[in-house]
Amino acid sequence: MTMQLEQSPTTGDEVITNYTINFGPQHPAAHGVLRMVMELDGEIIERVDPHVGLLHRGTEKLIEYKTYLQALPYFDRLDYCSPLAMEYSYVLAIEKMLNVEVPIRAQYLRVLFAELTRICNHMLNLGSHVMDVGAMTPNLWMFEIREDCLNFFERASGARMHSAWYRPGGVHQDVPLKLLTDIGDWLDKRLPELFGDAMSLVVDNRIFKQRNVDIAVVSKADALAWGFSGPMIRAAGVPWDLRKSQPYDVYDRMDFEIPVGTNSDCYDRFMVRVQEVYQSAKIMKQCLAEMPDGPIASLDRKVSPPKRGEMKSSMEALIHHFKLYTEGFHVPAGEVYVATESPKGEFGVYLVSDGSNKPYRCKIRPTAFSHLQAMDMMCKGHMLPDATAILGAIDVVFGECDR
Amino acid sequence: MAVLHSAPKYASNDGVADALKGALGDMVSGVHEEHGEILLTVVRDRLADAMRALRDGQEYQQLMEIAGVDYPSRAERFEVCYCLLSVTKNHRLIVKVSTDEAKPVPSVTSIWPNAGWLEREVFDLYGVLFSGNDDLRRILTDYGFEGHPFRKDFPLTGHVELRYSEEDKRVVYQPVSLPQDFRSFDFMSPWEGADYVLPGDEKAAETPAPPAVDKPKTTDKPSDTGAGAKTDAKSDDKVSAPPPAKAEGKVDADAPTTTEDRPAKKARKGKGADTAKATEVKKEDGE
Repeated sequence: MTMQLEQSPTTGDEVITNYTINFGPQHPAAHGVLRMVMELDGEIIERVDPHVGLLHRGTEKLIEYKTYLQALPYFDRLDYCSPLAMEYSYVLAIEKMLNVEVPIRAQYLRVLFAELTRICNHMLNLGSHVMDVGAMTPNLWMFEIREDCLNFFERASGARMHSAWYRPGGVHQDVPLKLLTDIGDWLDKRLPELFGDAMSLVVDNRIFKQRNVDIAVVSKADALAWGFSGPMIRAAGVPWDLRKSQPYDVYDRMDFEIPVGTNSDCYDRFMVRVQEVYQSAKIMKQCLAEMPDGPIASLDRKVSPPKRGEMKSSMEALIHHFKLYTEGFHVPAGEVYVATESPKGEFGVYLVSDGSNKPYRCKIRPTAFSHLQAMDMMCKGHMLPDATAILGAIDVVFGECDR
Repeated sequence: MAVLHSAPKYASNDGVADALKGALGDMVSGVHEEHGEILLTVVRDRLADAMRALRDGQEYQQLMEIAGVDYPSRAERFEVCYCLLSVTKNHRLIVKVSTDEAKPVPSVTSIWPNAGWLEREVFDLYGVLFSGNDDLRRILTDYGFEGHPFRKDFPLTGHVELRYSEEDKRVVYQPVSLPQDFRSFDFMSPWEGADYVLPGDEKAAETPAPPAVDKPKTTDKPSDTGAGAKTDAKSDDKVSAPPPAKAEGKVDADAPTTTEDRPAKKARKGKGADTAKATEVKKEDGE
């Protein structure tokens, strides 16, 4: 048997040219269907061209053919990791055009569940980020917390993920008192214990730091110019949080802090999210302590339907119920852009109404679009395995990015 | 109007419209405020200058969104809306330009690098051209897609569908075939400006108008009405036939048999028969 020595490509004066690879579209670290055409020089990334749109479903076009209420469940299906945060912008946009008052209990409930959604989302993102760079255990532990969150959603709305629980004018149904006390117990005991355990494995871990510290450093000026928002811009040291600077519902009554990064690398983005989980828990505790009794949806019967019991005894309530679930409500003509702080950043809805019962145009501003666009800028000069860490720290979900 | 809603509150709009008008001068073709938003319409050719002035002079540092809107009834059917955010002034602004299929909009990629994808999206979905954007590829639709799907005249169902072909062992495209036509439900009240024809009404619209009569017929004499002694005498006569079954005393063959004389069922045996106990309130032992 003769052995042939393989000739190394680096021997001699041979010139190595760059080569192009496909990252994805079916890759576990691509967080969904992302195809990145990468030009590599050895293992160094020279250029990244992300191809998005593989999950494009034409949500915005579909919404134009539905009434305002029928369009609501589409928002759950955008960012399916934080469904209620997606609904939030949409119902606020409608409320802004209708200028409808939301009862105070409904506002507290929406803030409470928006923060629970944030915790739920961060559990998935932190866990998968850790797994992308090689650790398995924290992800499993954090999925346990996520499972608790999903159970709470189910008890409030009947659905684990696609809740469709926020409504223009309030929320769909009130929550039982036991659910609120259970959430309180969970915040006091289970969450800090489980989350603290999971984080103790990661935050000071040498391998984790080697994979994340000083990776994809983005300056403050770049972060602003590229339209960053959420944890991405906060990690760059800009204390910009829409809950604080442009408060909606009862966020102006909440006492919480905005964690910011100092180094603007992947590790800071991770740590900003870790701190946000504790801040969210703080907000939720305040909500539970301060939440008053009262109606959970607007009493304006031209916007929110009457209770079922009332509908069965009152003719007027029956008419309102029938009109709202067939024709729906009419929204005054005009246009608004409403953005809220979703767990991933600024999630906006640009809504154009022509005065009818269907949106004339509903443009959704996904958070991932601006962040993913900066992949080329952030990846340049880094190694191929760093791309997964950068992608994990962006926190992309393609239901929202591709719409 | 008092603000009742609880949507995000940012810095006041007072005086902003006038300040922007003063700063941008003839680049602005219109500015108005509605629903608490400032909408600034800009002359298309001057867009890039206006945006640069807004970013550098007016502190609108971030471009959050570019949205296309289609108004087919307008002379320039497309509107491109730029949502700007100022993190220092804590204020939002919507800047709009209008265009059509042929006239390109100046690109703002040199001002904000993230405008690249946003402009690509508007091009992909509406077919608006951006001059100065050198990477105007499609972004959201499929590779090789034809048409601009978000235009109002593009059908919701699209033109092609794809499936896996067992013969060719690959995914094939074919024209959309719907077992049932797409139905767009319109729940608008008929008396509030619905513009559709109710089912059955299409015939009513088609019936020709009755032929014109030269001289309209009038009732001059009492005899023309048919009234009088003769009619009065006939008024008691039955015109319609009596109901058949009762009159003849026969049972219709198709009619179901009555159940009244059927023997009653036996009472059920077992535990589940009596529910009275289960619904009664149990008395506490102590009482």
